Amino acid sequence: MKTAVVARGLTKRFGDVVALDHVSFEVGSGELFGVIGPDGAGKTTLFRLLVTLYLPDEGESRVLDLDPAKDIWKLRPRVGYMPGRFSLYPDLTALENLTFYASVFGTTVDAGMATIEPIWRQLAPFASRRAAALSGGMKQKLALCCALVHAPDILFLDEPTTGVDAVSRREFWDLLARLRERGLTILVSTPYMDEASRCDRVALVQRGQILRIDRPFAVSAAFPRPLLAVTGTGRVGVTAERRLALIKALREHPHAVSVWPFGRSLHVTDDRAGADPAALATELTMWLKARDLEADVTPTAATIEDAFMWDMADAERIA
Amino acid sequence: MTQPGVRTDSATPRAIDAIGLTRRFGTFTAVDGITFHVRPGEVFGFLGANGAGKTTAIRMLTGLLTPTEGEATVAGYSVARQAEDIRRNIGYMSQRFSLYDDLTVRENIELYGGIYGLDDAAIAERRGALLDRLGLASHERDLVRTLPLGWKQQLAFSVALLHRPRVVFLDEPTGGVDPITRRRFWEMIYETAAAGTSVLVTTHYLDEAEYCDRLFIMVDGRIAAMGTPDEVKADAGVATLDELFVRLARPGAAA
Repeated sequence: MKTAVVARGLTKRFGDVVALDHVSFEVGSGELFGVIGPDGAGKTTLFRLLVTLYLPDEGESRVLDLDPAKDIWKLRPRVGYMPGRFSLYPDLTALENLTFYASVFGTTVDAGMATIEPIWRQLAPFASRRAAALSGGMKQKLALCCALVHAPDILFLDEPTTGVDAVSRREFWDLLARLRERGLTILVSTPYMDEASRCDRVALVQRGQILRIDRPFAVSAAFPRPLLAVTGTGRVGVTAERRLALIKALREHPHAVSVWPFGRSLHVTDDRAGADPAALATELTMWLKARDLEADVTPTAATIEDAFMWDMADAERIA
Repeated sequence: MTQPGVRTDSATPRAIDAIGLTRRFGTFTAVDGITFHVRPGEVFGFLGANGAGKTTAIRMLTGLLTPTEGEATVAGYSVARQAEDIRRNIGYMSQRFSLYDDLTVRENIELYGGIYGLDDAAIAERRGALLDRLGLASHERDLVRTLPLGWKQQLAFSVALLHRPRVVFLDEPTGGVDPITRRRFWEMIYETAAAGTSVLVTTHYLDEAEYCDRLFIMVDGRIAAMGTPDEVKADAGVATLDELFVRLARPGAAA
């Protein structure tokens, strides 16, 4: 596969703060690549370096075989970039925003329509509405159109779904999947771990460093310890107290490395690598029963979030 | 203003009691006759798409916006007539606004203690306990803006509880933080609820919705679903909250 992005030891500092700390990775042409991590992980800094907006303090990168630090004017027209905060002009209408972005890149809305049509179709009824008056989901789609109207070869989306409700987020990812089918290379950053499964590959980032890069299922499959899901089955009523009691009891278990809430269950990581998870589940059930706690305990597959938390704790153990 | 300090309905043990609560802006009805209650010590998830009316509802419940119709009591006080009492008896924290970045940890605690009407001795005592609990004692003279986001959120939550309110409102408290910090925050929520304070929380993380005792899902200003996470899923005949949300927010889209 042809390579669209190469980063080697990319480092950026702001005063004493190391925003990006020797980051290296590659993205193949046509890949949908997710950069996943919390606020402050360095996602925005990374994207700004790759789209020619920052110069690195160390390291280098190639985007579409060009150097973002040197080939600015060759690279810019070929890159679509949607910054984290909305890049729209609130007092212009949806169509005026789009026309403006087209003109900045020396093209027209008509010329760009082939690229943006599937997204613009949903926005067209609101073409004459001021951007400020569009809903969050619509603003996000308009910003995507503005980043795509000059038919770029690669698209960088910095937290396009932050603060957007779950349903709009899902629809946005459906749109990205369609763009990907047409061969566009897409890098997208997000703090929502559940969005990882929509990517071809993901980089988990934390504190300026990449914890892991892999396909989403491989990240989950590589989880190095048995993982158990514990669901309290005590009587109904106010649950906070029961949940706390369960968490506390599980943390006292000699083999529990970590105990965290996960949806309606708690995930318990057992430190006995390679042990039979079914046997561990039975053991833990009995152990809870001995403490007057009723719960269903079943072996479970790790999610991206389990993997992220494991890697995070690992990174802290090393540091 | 009606007699401060006198609860309008001292018989009710409910932390929040809303009946037909409605707010219109011109011809637009942002919140359309919602009725619900929150029990003491309950973690109550307040969910819905952007623009569903959550923020307007919370602004009414915190005494910042007068209802057009209907009534609600929070911590026993009327939102329409005793807004001042409400503000002294609730805690409020949002992702965007909570602490002052340019003040130190200690100054923020003292400022809020004063706003909540605590005397100096009470502030000093609770400040010490709070800083010990969060492990922030050695950082009390740090500017809040220099703290990591996760610490800031835990501090903001603790400050919102400084006056031991009966109800605390958390508006997207965990946006953007790492998964471990997010879960530590939820353990603080459980501890708060277990101590008897009701927690009304909004979130876009559907796994967090599962952590709530009961959920209230708003669509277009109205109640679309209410009950325990298992109940609202069972009522709609879906397996996950994700499916439920798609169904509620985009009726007909499933076809």
